[in-house]
Amino acid sequence: MSKIKLATMWLDGCSGCHMSLLDLDEGLLALAPRIELVYSPLVDASAFPEGVDVALVEGAVSSLEDVHRLRTARTRSRLLVALGDCATTGNVPAMRNTVPVPALLERVYVEGAEANRGIPHDGVPELAPQARPLHEFVKVDVHLPGCPPPPKLILAALIDLLDKRTPKLAEVKFG
Amino acid sequence: MIQKTKSISIRIEGELTPTREGKTILEAARDAGRVIPTLCHLDGLDDVGACRLCVVEVGGSGRLAPACTTPVQDGLSVVIHSPRLEAYRRMIVELLLAERNHVCAVCVSNGHCELQALATSLGVTSVRFPYRYPKLAVDLSQERYVLDHNRCILCSRCVRVCADVEGVHVWDMMGRGVNSRIVSELDQPWAEAASCTHCGKCVAACPTGALAEKGRAVEEMTKRTEAVALAAAHKGAQR
Repeated sequence: MSKIKLATMWLDGCSGCHMSLLDLDEGLLALAPRIELVYSPLVDASAFPEGVDVALVEGAVSSLEDVHRLRTARTRSRLLVALGDCATTGNVPAMRNTVPVPALLERVYVEGAEANRGIPHDGVPELAPQARPLHEFVKVDVHLPGCPPPPKLILAALIDLLDKRTPKLAEVKFG
Repeated sequence: MIQKTKSISIRIEGELTPTREGKTILEAARDAGRVIPTLCHLDGLDDVGACRLCVVEVGGSGRLAPACTTPVQDGLSVVIHSPRLEAYRRMIVELLLAERNHVCAVCVSNGHCELQALATSLGVTSVRFPYRYPKLAVDLSQERYVLDHNRCILCSRCVRVCADVEGVHVWDMMGRGVNSRIVSELDQPWAEAASCTHCGKCVAACPTGALAEKGRAVEEMTKRTEAVALAAAHKGAQR
């Protein structure tokens, strides 16, 4: 049996969902023989490859770059999973949504900075007016809410997806 | 108390269920041990049918009616669970979540919230409607309590418990539709509401993190909603 190609992507989130993924502990050993991790903040791959079976995406969409990366993931993956509350609802990154971007950057990088005051421009993507959930941009096949989603939930959902079943999501909660 | 009302029976999911005239469908169903999800209902308060979660199908035509404010009639047939009703209930929860900023992860009521629990029990894992992310105020003026409009679902449990149980009526609803919000007295900061007795019944009655005790961190605000029914029963005894 050929291995399932798994990719994970980190957009506007705190990486807590990836921590929860690592927190599968011995569950990772059960998964390891069946998957090949082809793209992730955890592995050394610079481009999102073609022919991915399952892509887990953490974080809200907060910039045009996020939109491009998400669309690439969608086009090149059979199944796309919104991992966690930021990807599903906007969550904490979306708490900035009522503040205009210039005022937000001014508050954080000028008023709020003690050293090196100034809004960064070089090498950072421009913020979109709002942080928004994935499904407002692309089709999402499965939502795994939670902040972060519990490791048990991620493992159960992944095993269902590997076995080509629709994950049964009982006891799933936001927050 | 002597039951003076007439014994009747209704059919719930086809099953003959004895009840009494004057009861609501919700009461009759609960007496029979059946579960209808609710949000704006709270034992001890008069029902207003605000949230529509308890919607049921009545009569042969399957007309929709809120169980909490629809009285039973002899021979009435009621469906409380169907794919159509579940779909509407999920939609109601999704609309509530999209309307304001229910950021569960950083909410004082995370893990103790009736809206969050309903989303879980109805299998809501995402919201199909665009989130509004409105800019809403948080009233921190009161000495002991906080009113956070971001978490308010306009169920009016605070309005009713204050008016009917505490007998004060500090709270009311202002504006219409999506602009509706809870106000204290004539839209003043809570601290300036001279009639407020600081009793905290509104906080106990609130199903979400909209009304909370000051100083509570994330997940720390548990509500004593059962205290409301006790206080209401006590008041009833005084009348």
